[in-house]
Amino acid sequence: MTAGLFIFILLLVATVAPFLRRYLGNYAGWIYAIWPFTGFLYYLSLLPSINDGLIITETYAWLPALGINFTFYVDGFGMLFSLLVLGIGSFIMVYAGYYMRPYPMKGRFLGYLLLFMTAMQGIVVSGNLLTMFVFWELTSVSSYLLIGYYHEKPEARASALQAFLITGLGGLALLGGFVLLSIPYGSYDIAYILSEPNIIKDSNLYLPALILILIGAFTKSAQFPFHFWLPGAMTAPSPVSAFLHSATMVKAGIFLLARLNPVLGGTEIWTYTLSITGVTTMFVGAWISITQTDLKRILAYTTVSALGTLVLLLGTGTEYAVNAAIIFLLVHALYKGTLFMMAGNIEKKTGTRDITQLGGLFKYMPFAAVIMIMALVSMAGVPPMLGFLGKELIYEASAAAPKAHYFILTLGFLTNVIMVFLSLRLAIDIFWGKEPPYSKIPKEPSVSLIIGPFFLVLFSLLLGLFPSYMANPLTSKAITAISPDNDAIVLKLWHGFNLVLGLSVLTIISGFITFRFRHLILPFIDRINIKYFRREFTRVFFSVLDAFLGFTKVKTKTLQHGYHRFYLMTIFVFASILVWIMIWRADPVVIELDFSTMPLNLVAVVILIIAATITTVASDSRVVSLISLGVIGFGITIIFIAYSGVDLAITMIMVETLMVILAMAVVFHLPKYKPFSSTGARMRDTLVATMVGSFFMVLVLQAGTSAMEIPISEFFKEVSYTQAYGRNIVNVILVDFRALDTLGEISVISIAALGIYAILKLKPSKIKES
Amino acid sequence: MESVLLKIAASHMRPLLIVLSVVVLYRGHNEPGGGFIGGLMLGSAFILYAMAYGVKKTQKSIFFDPVNLTGLGLLIALASGLPAILMGEIFMTGQWITLFSNTFFELKLGTPLLFDVGVYFTVAGMLMLVMFSILEE
Repeated sequence: MTAGLFIFILLLVATVAPFLRRYLGNYAGWIYAIWPFTGFLYYLSLLPSINDGLIITETYAWLPALGINFTFYVDGFGMLFSLLVLGIGSFIMVYAGYYMRPYPMKGRFLGYLLLFMTAMQGIVVSGNLLTMFVFWELTSVSSYLLIGYYHEKPEARASALQAFLITGLGGLALLGGFVLLSIPYGSYDIAYILSEPNIIKDSNLYLPALILILIGAFTKSAQFPFHFWLPGAMTAPSPVSAFLHSATMVKAGIFLLARLNPVLGGTEIWTYTLSITGVTTMFVGAWISITQTDLKRILAYTTVSALGTLVLLLGTGTEYAVNAAIIFLLVHALYKGTLFMMAGNIEKKTGTRDITQLGGLFKYMPFAAVIMIMALVSMAGVPPMLGFLGKELIYEASAAAPKAHYFILTLGFLTNVIMVFLSLRLAIDIFWGKEPPYSKIPKEPSVSLIIGPFFLVLFSLLLGLFPSYMANPLTSKAITAISPDNDAIVLKLWHGFNLVLGLSVLTIISGFITFRFRHLILPFIDRINIKYFRREFTRVFFSVLDAFLGFTKVKTKTLQHGYHRFYLMTIFVFASILVWIMIWRADPVVIELDFSTMPLNLVAVVILIIAATITTVASDSRVVSLISLGVIGFGITIIFIAYSGVDLAITMIMVETLMVILAMAVVFHLPKYKPFSSTGARMRDTLVATMVGSFFMVLVLQAGTSAMEIPISEFFKEVSYTQAYGRNIVNVILVDFRALDTLGEISVISIAALGIYAILKLKPSKIKES
Repeated sequence: MESVLLKIAASHMRPLLIVLSVVVLYRGHNEPGGGFIGGLMLGSAFILYAMAYGVKKTQKSIFFDPVNLTGLGLLIALASGLPAILMGEIFMTGQWITLFSNTFFELKLGTPLLFDVGVYFTVAGMLMLVMFSILEE
């Protein structure tokens, strides 16, 4: 198997999934998990060879002439992410298959979820910037469908739109950034770009490329001030939240930053931007989450905080920081996936996810409670879970940050205190606490709903207990892939007595104290929030959106006024001005007019055409004007015949005849023929007509005199019979040499005919009658 | 507009014009003519009939709908480009078969002729579609 083939088959599974759901019944989730799990095992089997230094690259031609290919690139980092996406993805499929049973359109839902997985898996093994961009956009589209799954609810639609617009705008910025990044390299190939990190840093495109790529990554990974779409996205069903927050979507931005770290990282602007954004997001996310009471909302804000931490670590860029980033990524994916799935389970069994309405659940679902509490222990960073190692490394990294480490350490400490507090609060309030009257007695979740959380927590525990045997092999090559100058640190559960351990103990104690006095602290924080942080980002976002839509409405009304004559005039004026500028700026051409060879009978025809033109314009009878127009047409036909353009002449006769018939058909329906327009309007029309007519004249005259090297007509004359077996060159050009143009033209006239048909047949009055 | 002359002329002209349009279509490759002109002639044959007998009667006397004729023409034109792809060449490259050939006479058939047939039907169909709609008003 190959990375590309795997993704292709995953895409196929996603496509057929909605249609097969009906035949697979309630086991659909298990069956759809088979292929992702196969992928998980495949990448796991690569682990030994990747640790020996293997890097897989595959290329499938797409637009090879432009250097755009579907290239896949699997190194240690790509493999770690693939394991997360496919491993967690498999459990999510099992969970979703059961979770969504009562809802309509579950087949489609599972299809979207698989599509989402495909997109994320595509990002993490992309070896070409544009391949990555395609999958990047696919995650935006599929997440839009998933977040808006309960589409009857207005808030679900609004959240989906908000997430889509923010990540979509970020995606556009990202495309610009990728293009700028590729210019100095002349290639979109990621492996090549990674091998020559200095080319972009020495180029003056570094700053614009960096800014655009950071916008893309920050919007996707919900960094402050774009963080608000992520809590909104929790209106999605729980399986989506669990997947979106743990291994996909928001991690795509982190993945990108880490992937490009060797190329873009290490500069001052990178360090400052990422550190400041990361530290702000980390603290703001944690701070907002304190006072929330909706279980999923709390978790969503802690994700924002975790993403901020990851960005901060990538910005810091020291050996400890890079190690901490990769370990924390793993930690967070494992516990956040578990917690969201458990949140879904609790909501399903009790009918609410408001933590003030929950309590005493331990005696009803002890097994589920143990799993959730272990995940919360990991979130709090308490041994023996992997979360403890992650938090230790973050403290090490913060303490050793090159700049402002006191500031970062303080905010990091506060954030972790909040995490400990939230873990305690969720564990104790939900599983012990005062028991509200439940409408039905809660039960243990069924196997499909608990198997995912169980294995994720088990992993987290094993990785935490045996870090050097399990966590190190998984992550060491990922760390060197994103930061070639640094080595993986050998992880240990016990570090000895040092500053970091002291901080850890202090964090846990402070968390306990906060929890003990929460009745005093929470109202106080609430008051601060109400007083100083009332600005709601979502509301600002939608008012900006409304203003923009209002602007486009005004703009459309001005430009699309609906008056046919003004459209024509706009087109004519612009075209003639442009052509006149071109003629003006071109080299002067001497046009020699020689009428001496012109036969006398043609002179007569020309005089006739001129006379007919004047009559057409000057006549105050419509019929006379039409007849004069016909005279012009037939006069031109005679000229065609005189210069042996027989095909043109026949066509012209047909067209002129049909024009007359057409005019006769409508002439009785037209209003009286009267000059309505004012003198000013007529002057203007005369001016426009003169401009257009004169530029055509000049063009035609110039075309006759400008000397081409070899006119293309010679080529056609030569090959028309030998290659295309036709002696009528005009026809051969139409149906063979330029057949594609003709195909376009007949498509256009068909559409025009359908338009006329629709206007005449489907009048509003007729529709009303029927 | 009742006109006996027009009616008699139209009913006799229609088959003649149809045959003529086919001739013009076929000879187009070597001599003046072709799908576009042929299509205009074919359309004119029915328009003439419609002017004499009315659109309703004309539509009853033909077994196709102008919309379908237009679509059929487009399909044929598009299909004429496909054999080239099957032969591994660029879309719409002309493909030719010589049916028989001796010193006096040679009959070659190729996808450009098929394409011209597509143009012929499209032009005729679109002309009838527009004119019938307007004449019906």
